[in-house]
Amino acid sequence: MDTVPADGLLSASWLLIALPLAGAAVLLLGGRRTDRWGHLLGTGTVVAAFVLALACTLQLDERQVAVDLFTFIDSGSLDVRAGLLFDPLSAVFVLLITGVGALIHVYSIGYMAHDPRRRRFFAYLNLFVAAMLLLVLGDNYVALYVGWEGVGLASYLLIAFWHERPAAATAAKKAFIMNRVGDVGLALAIFVMFAQLGTVTYEGVFGSVGLLAGGTVTAIGLLLLLGACGKSGQFPLQAWLPDAMEGPTPVSALIHAATMVTAGVYLIARSAPIYDLTETARTVVLAVGAVTLLIGAIAGCAYDDIKKVLAYSTVSQIGYMFLAVGLGPVGYAAAIAHLLAHGFFKAGLFLGAGSVMHAMDDQVDMRRFGGLARKLPVTFVTFGLGYLALIGFPFLSGYWTKDAIIEAALDHGGAWGWVLGGVAVLGAGLTAFYMTRLMLMTFFGRARWAPSAPGRPTPHPHESPSVMTSPMVVLAIGSVAAGFLLVQAFPLDEWLTPVFGEPEEAEHVVAPALVGIVVTAVMALGVLAAWLFVGRREVPAVAPERVSVVTRAARKALYADTINESLFMRPGQWLTRALVWVDNRGVDGAVNGMAAALGGSSSRLGRTQTGFVRTYALGMLGGAVLVAGALLAVTAG
Amino acid sequence: MNSFPFLLLMIVVPAVGAAVVAALPRGRDLLAKQIALGVSLVVLLLAVLATVAFDTDGDRFQLTSSVSWIDDFGVSFALGVDGIALVMLLLVGVLVPVVIGASWDDEPVGNRSMTVFFAWILLLEAMMVGVFAATDVFLFYVFFEAMLVPMYFLIGSFGGPRRQYAAVKFFLYSLVGGLIMLAAVIGLYVVSANQGEGSFAFEVLNAIDIDPDVQKLLFLGFFVAFAIKAPLVPFHTWLPDAGAEAPVGGAVLLVGVLDKVGTFGFLRYCLPLFPDASRDFAPYVLVLAVAGVLYAALLAMGQSDMKRLVSYTSVAHFGFIALGIFAFTTEAGTGAVLYMVNHGIATGLLFLVVGMLIARGGSRRIADYGGVAAQAPVLAGVFLIAGLASLALPGTNSFVSEFLVLVGSFPTRPVFTILATVGIILAALYVLLMYQRTMHGPVRGLMDGQGLTTPGTGEPTAPAGSSGATSATATATATATATATATATETVTSARWMPDLSRREIAVAAPLVALIIALGVYPQPLIDLIEPAVAATVDDVGGDPGGTVPEIGTNGADTSGAETEAGN
Repeated sequence: MDTVPADGLLSASWLLIALPLAGAAVLLLGGRRTDRWGHLLGTGTVVAAFVLALACTLQLDERQVAVDLFTFIDSGSLDVRAGLLFDPLSAVFVLLITGVGALIHVYSIGYMAHDPRRRRFFAYLNLFVAAMLLLVLGDNYVALYVGWEGVGLASYLLIAFWHERPAAATAAKKAFIMNRVGDVGLALAIFVMFAQLGTVTYEGVFGSVGLLAGGTVTAIGLLLLLGACGKSGQFPLQAWLPDAMEGPTPVSALIHAATMVTAGVYLIARSAPIYDLTETARTVVLAVGAVTLLIGAIAGCAYDDIKKVLAYSTVSQIGYMFLAVGLGPVGYAAAIAHLLAHGFFKAGLFLGAGSVMHAMDDQVDMRRFGGLARKLPVTFVTFGLGYLALIGFPFLSGYWTKDAIIEAALDHGGAWGWVLGGVAVLGAGLTAFYMTRLMLMTFFGRARWAPSAPGRPTPHPHESPSVMTSPMVVLAIGSVAAGFLLVQAFPLDEWLTPVFGEPEEAEHVVAPALVGIVVTAVMALGVLAAWLFVGRREVPAVAPERVSVVTRAARKALYADTINESLFMRPGQWLTRALVWVDNRGVDGAVNGMAAALGGSSSRLGRTQTGFVRTYALGMLGGAVLVAGALLAVTAG
Repeated sequence: MNSFPFLLLMIVVPAVGAAVVAALPRGRDLLAKQIALGVSLVVLLLAVLATVAFDTDGDRFQLTSSVSWIDDFGVSFALGVDGIALVMLLLVGVLVPVVIGASWDDEPVGNRSMTVFFAWILLLEAMMVGVFAATDVFLFYVFFEAMLVPMYFLIGSFGGPRRQYAAVKFFLYSLVGGLIMLAAVIGLYVVSANQGEGSFAFEVLNAIDIDPDVQKLLFLGFFVAFAIKAPLVPFHTWLPDAGAEAPVGGAVLLVGVLDKVGTFGFLRYCLPLFPDASRDFAPYVLVLAVAGVLYAALLAMGQSDMKRLVSYTSVAHFGFIALGIFAFTTEAGTGAVLYMVNHGIATGLLFLVVGMLIARGGSRRIADYGGVAAQAPVLAGVFLIAGLASLALPGTNSFVSEFLVLVGSFPTRPVFTILATVGIILAALYVLLMYQRTMHGPVRGLMDGQGLTTPGTGEPTAPAGSSGATSATATATATATATATATATETVTSARWMPDLSRREIAVAAPLVALIIALGVYPQPLIDLIEPAVAATVDDVGGDPGGTVPEIGTNGADTSGAETEAGN
């Protein structure tokens, strides 16, 4: 389908980005004057953007609409325009970002009410929304890259929001650096596209990518994948995401669960015409997805920090999405559907976790929770619905969207199909286990509440104010309904047809009904196991030391940090120290030595200023004589 | 309008201003500052008007004027600008008033007078304008050397504890380079004389053909001088010393403008005058460039002194610029020139904000700071913006130039480009490490106790190699160190509140912050200025001035011909 110029309301779709950006600018430049109403302005801009996004989407009618703004960089044969592309794919992302974004802004009004820097928090959140919208609305890879690093900055600022805590500052830096590793891949992919095709627009690249040699296309695919892995916390760049939980919980919900970390899925889905041409790159995407979904699920089983469990769950669920996009045309729509459903239930789960922390004096250790169901009824019910949606309880969101991915994986065919399907089913069982463990440790059993620090009172849990619970209720409704709506009622794959082409009816290796039954059974096993291991017994206040090798590895998230540190960080520090020594002694020393040999000693040369000025004058004189002599010689000769 | 002597005035006005300021009696510091600021603003206005008068579709050199100077040798006082020189003049015009504002409250070292400081700054401005505006190679050489004098005194008289050592080192390096260049300048004259009438005029020299072997010698003569000035590894070790010891205002002009004369020289002289040699030597230059990107970035990470760190980051950035110049494509060359401007703005701001921090904490050591963001959020915010511009985050000006350099170099030099691209990870590391250590975390270090008594004098313990310091200064420093250390240990418990930026400091930083954002979002006007001159240079050196023409796949089908044509 061809792209048409924007008309009517759609030509104002740049306002989607401009509104939150203006909000951020006013809040940051306005200073303390905006303290009293800053949060309202911040929320207002995102709500307005959501309304505009709804109106734009209704006008879209399955078209692909281009909005040309201005020349960004035009030099030589490179022409990068600031242009937007509003099509069915970007529309669903825009709705997700502004919709969930608006709810989380509302929630943050309550959550950050007592923080002296609340205004700045809203400024950064607005900045994030603007950058994220640019990422999904740009009509070329450079615009995507600008948004891509823009959300990275917002993520950095928000993880380090409580920057007095060294852990938060370090986590923010780690996130930025690991993302930059991925960004190198994305940047190189853009360079290859420009060098080979002379263009970086989606339209131009997709139109002519077929003319390239297979190896080049594969290289582009793999480089894009590297970028996607960095942003989406996928293997081998997954270690930053759990650490990012140092940020305030609304940030975890919006950026590190619902939107930013799914940008990698967007990138690959958007680049579908490239991946369609390279089986190799697709296979690597599949492998990355499968490996990551297991790593995340295994680590999720072992952590006691409620936010880290949810973070590893996010890593794992995005692994499902990567698996789906790696399958090619049959998986794109399934991946996006799971992404949207995940956006609802995971954001809801994080907001619920924030509500629990709010009640428990900002503690996150689930071993000190327990019995909160009765104290926090709204949180319990909304969190519970999100939990059921995530583990794939029949007919809730996760059931529809995850089953679609598992079916598609099995349909991939052959041994590879069985492996992928098996991994996905196993992941579903593990998901049920770690989420049930989380529910049991948090909401059920005996209350194990304890002071957050010596001298603090033991927390007296209370339900959060309605400004916080209302967004949780809305997201819970979404968690229940989104899957059915997206898969059955208004099939997403039909909506996305203009982008991904007609959905094809795959040959089923295993009957869908059977898949549904098996997955549900495995899920039930996971729940049962969690009840047997956690629910039946008393939860120890301190994590047991004597555990199996597997548990120990899971607690270390399969040693990802250890590997990074011993492979990159420590050798890097050693190299830096060695080079500093070399530069001071070697390079500089050689030059100083040369100077000493030529002009006596450098110390004598520079001992006194007057002496030096004489030297200088002498030098100038000598130079002038030299010039005059040479010129005379030349003209005379 | 074109006959109006913009360029001459831009040299004369600050030179006269310098003389007036220097002639002021001692103690009239305020008047000196006011005159200096006024003069520098006039120069900025002239630069802006010159840009308005400049026609991007016109001749390569515009606003030209020429007065015969030394008739016998064909030397003339010839001025003129192409787009490359013009944007450098704009950079000079912007940075000098900012530097004067930033140095407004500086205390002189010892009993020196600050009026002299401002006089040197103005004289330096005149020389910097001259070096970019000269279209006569001999005149260029004169400005190139004369520029050293004010900078030497700025470092040597107003710098940190090791200022003597740093100033001499700076001077010796530059002098050696300059002398080698002088030999090449003379050689160039000889060559032109052999082919007709001897001349130093750039356009005459550009037109003649030079024997390839002679080209190589002459190229090297110019190249060494420029590689020292815009330090490429391994000629870089003077910069960390000079950058660290120079007063902050001097450091901004040193790294922001003075060093760009080197990269400017590559583009203006090396490539057009010696195209064959440039092509022959390009791989070696690129090795130095990319080595600089990676090596200097790693070194920056290992620094404990903030000003040295910023100096090393500049060495890394010069590597990017050299890569863009020696990739011989219009995109990369345009990116390199834009990089020269953007680096002046971004690193200038970084130096300024580091200076503001040092003025508060009294130390250059990173370890002496911590948790500043909690106390001085505006300072931390400006620091972050400068840092993000330094790591070329999209949305800041540096992204555009770095992207253009890399995307333009990739088609001709993929391996070097890939290596340089890895440098963007290192850039993020050195910026964020410094930011985290100084701005984040709990309040600690010097800020817990009493700072040094003389702000800006920097690292108290002069390393053993500080042979350049006079014995008197060394003693004074040692005494000050002893006292300061004693006070620091005594009062370590009394937390000192670090004040946020003053109105003057905000006024100094604001224009640079605004430029960082504005040029990050809408860089095209500058690109339009720069590109024709770069395309002409790329044409001289045998590249395709219209941009790199991609050939799709192996069949050579060209689908982007229209775009390539448009680039011409």
